Amino acid sequence: MEINGAMGKVDYQGVKREASFLMLPGVKAGDYVILHAGFAIKKLSEEDAKETLRLIQEMVRVEKGLDA
Amino acid sequence: MRKGLMPEDLPGILKRLEGDADLIRGLSAELCAHIKEPLTLMEVCGTHTHAISETGIRRALAGKVRLLSGPGCPVCVTSDAEIDRFIQLSRMPDVAVTTFGDMLHVPGTESSLAEQRDAGADIRIVYSPLDVLKMAQSEPAKEFCFLGVGFETTSPTVLATVAEAKRRGIGNFSICTAFKLIPPALRMIAAHPDLAIHGFILPGHVSAVIGSEPYRFLVDEFKRPCVITGFEGTDILQALVMIADQIKEDEPRLEIQYTRVVTKEGNKAALKIMEGMCDVKDSMWRGLGTIPESELKLKEVWKDFDAEHKFSLPPLEHRERFDTNGCRCGDVLLGKIIPPDCPLFAKACTPSNPIGPCMVSSEGACAAYYKYER
Amino acid sequence: MKDKVIGLAHGSGGRKTARLIRELFLAYLGNPILERLEDAAEFPSDRGRIALTTDSHVVYPLFFPGGNIGKLVVCGTLNDLAVKGARPRFMTAGFVLRAGMSMDVLERIVRSMGEELNKAGVQLIAGDTKVIEKGKVDDCYITTTGFGALEHERTFAPERIEPGDAICVSGNIGNHEAAVLLARGDFGFEHKIESDIANVWPLVERLIEAGVDVKAMRDPTRGGLATTLNELASAAGLGMIIKEQDVPFSPAVKGVAELLGLDPYYLASEGRLIAIVANDHAERALEVLKAEPLGKNAKAIGEVREGPEGLWLETLLGSERPLLVLEGEQLPRIC
Repeated sequence: MEINGAMGKVDYQGVKREASFLMLPGVKAGDYVILHAGFAIKKLSEEDAKETLRLIQEMVRVEKGLDA
Repeated sequence: MRKGLMPEDLPGILKRLEGDADLIRGLSAELCAHIKEPLTLMEVCGTHTHAISETGIRRALAGKVRLLSGPGCPVCVTSDAEIDRFIQLSRMPDVAVTTFGDMLHVPGTESSLAEQRDAGADIRIVYSPLDVLKMAQSEPAKEFCFLGVGFETTSPTVLATVAEAKRRGIGNFSICTAFKLIPPALRMIAAHPDLAIHGFILPGHVSAVIGSEPYRFLVDEFKRPCVITGFEGTDILQALVMIADQIKEDEPRLEIQYTRVVTKEGNKAALKIMEGMCDVKDSMWRGLGTIPESELKLKEVWKDFDAEHKFSLPPLEHRERFDTNGCRCGDVLLGKIIPPDCPLFAKACTPSNPIGPCMVSSEGACAAYYKYER
Repeated sequence: MKDKVIGLAHGSGGRKTARLIRELFLAYLGNPILERLEDAAEFPSDRGRIALTTDSHVVYPLFFPGGNIGKLVVCGTLNDLAVKGARPRFMTAGFVLRAGMSMDVLERIVRSMGEELNKAGVQLIAGDTKVIEKGKVDDCYITTTGFGALEHERTFAPERIEPGDAICVSGNIGNHEAAVLLARGDFGFEHKIESDIANVWPLVERLIEAGVDVKAMRDPTRGGLATTLNELASAAGLGMIIKEQDVPFSPAVKGVAELLGLDPYYLASEGRLIAIVANDHAERALEVLKAEPLGKNAKAIGEVREGPEGLWLETLLGSERPLLVLEGEQLPRIC
């Protein structure tokens, strides 16, 4: 992902597009973002994603009766 | 490698959240174990309606959880009068109407943008309003009007485009606004005497912009469990477990399931754009009627980019036509009925011959039910 | 016919197209051969078994990653014959050209056609050219007829399909339509998606040679995998179920479909084979397909069953949902 002023490129599964970062100052190359109508509207938090997955795995484990 | 180990990086994590059958099935089983009595919940946003049907969740939970669709489909809640106005614009000479794809087939009082296009009107589908600026610059003799239909995820993007147009000195660009706001519609639904909704699945991306606090009233005033939810099958099921727990503990809370995207404060830059460029006004929502302070309009200082001003468009005259031909989109949008309850569903009203917008829009509940739930 | 005017949806390969064919074309032109509505028609001849097909190509833009209209018309025509089990032998082509079209562009298209024909060992034996005035038309429309020989005694037809048969596809679905939509340049995406245009006869030939018990074949063009399987199921009077986990898509095509709000199950391919195969021959069929470069991503994606009718998808969740015939056009959307 490159940044060029308020515009940059985002990459989704190998498909690239120009997007505006007007609403996300402070974003940098390598960040993951939510794209909407050609604008990046939010940065994805890796920590929170991990936590979500962890919680889900916990829930599933509990259901299966396995030890946490 | 045993299942359950944490992938190293974000793409790996997302892949598990998106496509792991074991996780989805496990969550579904966990949810069913948590539910004691049948629940009625509302998924507010059209994308959730679509996702819940596409993943098979609605069918899998039938009998345990009744999932009603709400008014979160921007195209569906756009009134006849607004659509007629878009059509009027498309008929003006040397005006190109640009729009997101799903507006194309929505029927107005007599016609649709698709029909106008077939008849020769210059109507172009774009992925981003920014694309229109490029068109406007390369075709200076034409006026380019973008149909700004959407909720809080979309409105800042269109408004930012207007600001950019001003910055670049692009004079042949304007927007026709129909930016509606979600929280006022939710207030109306929560307060509605005929609806008995136990909890809300709140939109993921609208919330990415507005944060969680605008929904606080649902818990404080109306005591409903609410979870701001993501769009994968795992997200939705996890959110349902969270709601089920709140109900079990009889402790309604406002929770965020979609933590990787949604924060309490939302996107300050986007909120600033909306507040700086717009005022709030009352609005007519198809099916829901007039909701106070539920729509954005451009401030006076931006009038050169406001199609209403630029093209001297007459004020909107609202006539609720569809009540007379049996269409029950309004009740579907409120969650009063589900699409199959509408007498026209899949008979007179189908995606290729739609009577109401809920069938036309790919975000619409009727379209989702027609495609996935028969 | 309820509709008063022809609209774009009538050409999309979905429900409106089907209705137009049934209520207008068949009403006036119908006969037992035409009414089978197959990709290619076998007609009675005392000179061996012969199959015939016709196709029109109006793709826009004319050139896109992985191909152009020339390559498309040749392979599209040949594939219609191949899925009937007919070795493509001859073709005709009629060109409708717009006055003002670049000669260089036409040359590139025709050169492409020549290349594909040579590769396939097929000869173009009759042609026609017309030029029309500038107006709201694209540069070039090409209509073809294809003629193929059924050099065996086998029949590939929906009537032969039985419950339990395996549904196999030869590779990733939807690449062609994704590439063409993106090449329209309206959406500004940069990508490496290429159209999958290819002649599938070699795959069919290998399957026939290997003695695999193939019941029926199709290529998933207009309307995509979902529409095509629906047509087969409907013609066979049976139901079909495919698994979400098993349907092969390239990640880029899935990504683009998601970004544009399109359903990948309805995106056309122009170089893929769907083969309905007897259950105990499925493994062999996949072996044969994967041995060819064109079939390297071949997969078994589901099976035929007695009912319920139509095409169904088993989701990751394990529940089933219908995959209906495409209604109108697919439109890129946004929320």
